[in-house]
Amino acid sequence: MKPLLQVKDVAKMYGARIGCTGVSFDLYPGEVMGIVGESGSGKSTLLNSLAGHLVPDRGEVIFDTRADGPVDTVTMSEPARRMLGRTDWAFVHQHARDGLRMSVSAGGNIGERLMAVGNRHYGAIRDHAADWLGRVEISESRIDDRPSAFSGGMQQRLQIARNLVTGPRLVFMDEPTGGLDVSVQALLLDLLRGLVREMGLSAIIVTHDLAVVRLLAGRLMVMKDGHVVETGLTDQVLDDPQHAYTQLLVSSVLQV
Amino acid sequence: MIELKNVSKSFTLHNQGSAVIPVMENASLSVKSGECAGLIGASGAGKSTLMRVIYGNYLAASGSVVVGGVDVAKAEPREVLALRRETLGYVSQFLRVVPRVPTLDVVAEPLLAVGTPADQARDKAASLLAQLNIPERLWSLSPTTFSGGEQQRVNIARGFAYEYPALLLDEPTASLDAQNRATVLALIEGAKARGAAIIGIFHDEAARQQVCDRFVDVSGFAPKAAA
Repeated sequence: MKPLLQVKDVAKMYGARIGCTGVSFDLYPGEVMGIVGESGSGKSTLLNSLAGHLVPDRGEVIFDTRADGPVDTVTMSEPARRMLGRTDWAFVHQHARDGLRMSVSAGGNIGERLMAVGNRHYGAIRDHAADWLGRVEISESRIDDRPSAFSGGMQQRLQIARNLVTGPRLVFMDEPTGGLDVSVQALLLDLLRGLVREMGLSAIIVTHDLAVVRLLAGRLMVMKDGHVVETGLTDQVLDDPQHAYTQLLVSSVLQV
Repeated sequence: MIELKNVSKSFTLHNQGSAVIPVMENASLSVKSGECAGLIGASGAGKSTLMRVIYGNYLAASGSVVVGGVDVAKAEPREVLALRRETLGYVSQFLRVVPRVPTLDVVAEPLLAVGTPADQARDKAASLLAQLNIPERLWSLSPTTFSGGEQQRVNIARGFAYEYPALLLDEPTASLDAQNRATVLALIEGAKARGAAIIGIFHDEAARQQVCDRFVDVSGFAPKAAA
């Protein structure tokens, strides 16, 4: 099996400060990887550098495209990268408002991504959008409502529907359950697990919530001060952490 | 099926003065298909540790842990995950689930993970839950609010839903009444009959005698310095 994404020695600096540095890993189809670390550890910088939102100062991010095989997305043309961002890649933001068009209806938000890849039949787009609203458990009767009229949890689910409607192969998620009510969080976790399994998605999930990683991600990367300090099977990293920082992180979680 | 050679394990506590605690040395063990080996030894002797090393939760410091041809001690995360999906099952003492997911789906999940159609997976889950005397009115509820014994039976149903060729059982009969205990022992014997290799921890002497073909005393794996 070929890796879907190969990351080689990626670094991003903010002037003299390190954003993240020396990051390398291979992600295979169907794999879900979590990235954990405290605030400022560089996990969001890394995610944004991988997803093309930031330009890394060094390194390669090689994606196995459907048409041309493995291509370095850092050096690829801007239009090609944007096309990737609309088709095979998806990005779920922590704040749904950053990933949605708040003044366009829920159906329109989902339909927009379909139109971006060439769908033109209004009826078909609407049906497709309605189907996806159902999959993320939003009533079809809300299809013409704007996301501003939705609750936070519904907005997040709408953002996920908008991102997954084009059948991406790689999903980047930045704190997908952050800021949500715990009851809504559980629902969203179950939804994401089901979608990952059904669609065979690969995903990279940045979070600071170790319980979320345990349930969603099969493998884990721990970051501190811009460096990767430990990687491995999620269960193993959490149950038997090897690095001093990971041990501190795991032992600092409050018990409910 | 399960083959351990010269496995050792120690814990280094970096945040407590880098104390190194050796817990296991030169552990070797081999379990064939259709065989059930019982781990024995006093509390704290390292029975559960050994199981976690085999399941890959704990990283072996040295030696090899080969299950179904995969060396868990050295494999990539995706190889271990594939092994856990298709070959190696683990019934732990604790149930860990996504909150709000119905019991029936929790039990059916291992089957769905290997691509069993949803209705077949649910049928199998339902029959296991019925066998283990979980009332049908509870199946649509999340097991997080169940009693300890019920959670344990849900965990067992989940562990036996898919027919794993290798199984790790950490006290599957603890806190069960006689009838449920008999059901669990029958499930274990069924798994042996279809050729599963099983490593189990049983504190219940009668259960142990009934299903285990032989015993492995883990105190023999204790580090020499500590002994």
